[in-house]
Amino acid sequence: MADLAQHLRTYGQIAWLWIRAAWQYPTSFVLLAVGNGLITGLDFIGLWIMFAHLEDLEGFTLPEVALLYGSASLALACADTAIGSVERIGTYIRTGRLDQMMTKPVPLLVQVCADQFTLRRLGRLTQAGLVFGWACTYVDWTPLRALVAVSMLVSGALVFFGLFVGFSCIQFWTTDATEFANAFTYGGATVTQYPLNIFPREVMVGLTFVVPVAFVNWYPCLYLLGRADPFGTPEVFQFASPLAGLLTMTAALLVWRTGVRHYTSTGS
Amino acid sequence: MRGGGMLHVAVATRAFRRYSTYRAATLAGIFTNSVFGIIYSYAYLALWKANPTAGGYDAQDAVTYVWLGQALLMTIALWGGGTTDDLAERIRTGDVAIDLYRPVGLVGWYLASDVGRAAYHLLTRGFGPTLIGLVVFDIALPPSPLAAVAFAVSLVLAVVVSFAIRFLVASTAFWLLDQSGMKVMSGAFAIFFSGMMLPLVLFPGWLGTLANALPWASYIQVPADIWLGKHTGADLAAALGFQVMWAVVLLGACQGVLRLATRKVVVQGG
Repeated sequence: MADLAQHLRTYGQIAWLWIRAAWQYPTSFVLLAVGNGLITGLDFIGLWIMFAHLEDLEGFTLPEVALLYGSASLALACADTAIGSVERIGTYIRTGRLDQMMTKPVPLLVQVCADQFTLRRLGRLTQAGLVFGWACTYVDWTPLRALVAVSMLVSGALVFFGLFVGFSCIQFWTTDATEFANAFTYGGATVTQYPLNIFPREVMVGLTFVVPVAFVNWYPCLYLLGRADPFGTPEVFQFASPLAGLLTMTAALLVWRTGVRHYTSTGS
Repeated sequence: MRGGGMLHVAVATRAFRRYSTYRAATLAGIFTNSVFGIIYSYAYLALWKANPTAGGYDAQDAVTYVWLGQALLMTIALWGGGTTDDLAERIRTGDVAIDLYRPVGLVGWYLASDVGRAAYHLLTRGFGPTLIGLVVFDIALPPSPLAAVAFAVSLVLAVVVSFAIRFLVASTAFWLLDQSGMKVMSGAFAIFFSGMMLPLVLFPGWLGTLANALPWASYIQVPADIWLGKHTGADLAAALGFQVMWAVVLLGACQGVLRLATRKVVVQGG
């Protein structure tokens, strides 16, 4: 536990250095934050335009889809802000920067995740928070639902943490296949914007047991909305998000350890 | 086209080869584009199931549109980047001063290079996802040879329009030193107004009118409508004319910006 606190403090120190560095170019900083907010903002306008042609999407209304969209987006934004730079380990390997990091007395994963930490992703965080907040006004709240909502956001972030770290590890083997991970991280985030019943049953099974993004928002949101699962899965799934988060995270850390052990420098 | 033409062909060929060295990246990209193609296909199928004639498309048009978007994403460098990233980097380091005194136009040089890049991406990340779309979903092919040829022409024009916008974005580095902020902003507009996020035919009222008039419509909406056979006769000529108009206007703007920037570079160097 003391170790974890120490790691978090080191992470904070490295992140703070990068924030101060980014402020040296204020115009670029502001443009990047606005641009990031714009990307996600226009994303939601896309959803809204879609609903200009629809009453509901396979039985889900706009506020209900907004709840799915907002919660998944918030979870992704948290993970992306905290550890998004892990995507770049391929570059660190190619340039030899990873070798430098390995010689320092700070855990490698902490260094990689905190490296080039950027607050510009606040744009996405704000936009996701606004959409989620709006959708929340349509939920019929009970104390248990509030608890499930909080656990959903934390577990969702953990699932995305795990996906970011786990799939980035592919780069220990193929340094230039960065995009492969995007299919699971950003792809997972895109899938969860929609009610899962627009997909065939096999997709839902895959998103539950293989890449568990269904636990990021789909199952807990069904509980928040008081809806039965159109696929008829057991009700206990609606409370299983923390388990999915922990499992994904554990698996990712194991893959990370294997990757680091496997790693041999490119020699550059 | 005398010696200059040969030079540009050589530049394009080199760019093609340069991009073809990243094999694993290309395969990973095809995989990722296909995953997104599948996700969006199901989303659009749900939309068109609820509203079978939305935007004048049917369900097959809509799914075809999804896969065309995934196939063209890298060819037209929708997110920005491509060879104009090299330009931005050379502006930042000051190396561009050397380029400006070469006896070859900067716009032509980078355009040739970007066409080489686009050709590579079309052959790999264009055809790859299209094949997967043909196998997994029932996507439509162009209804006539004329539509296929017009699509090819439209695609070249799309690359040119996109190049000109990316060149202008990179040029902001002359003043801002760093293009990354502008690149993200411009990427956001490109995704939204090209019809990548949602076909522009679904955009309601004034938003639709605006989106269809902006240059980004040349990226995906116009080529896709030609592929789908939505434009014929005079309408087809008008669609291509729209792209030509933006290509000319924007390339002109590139030359203008470069002239302004050159003055600035000379002053700095003085």
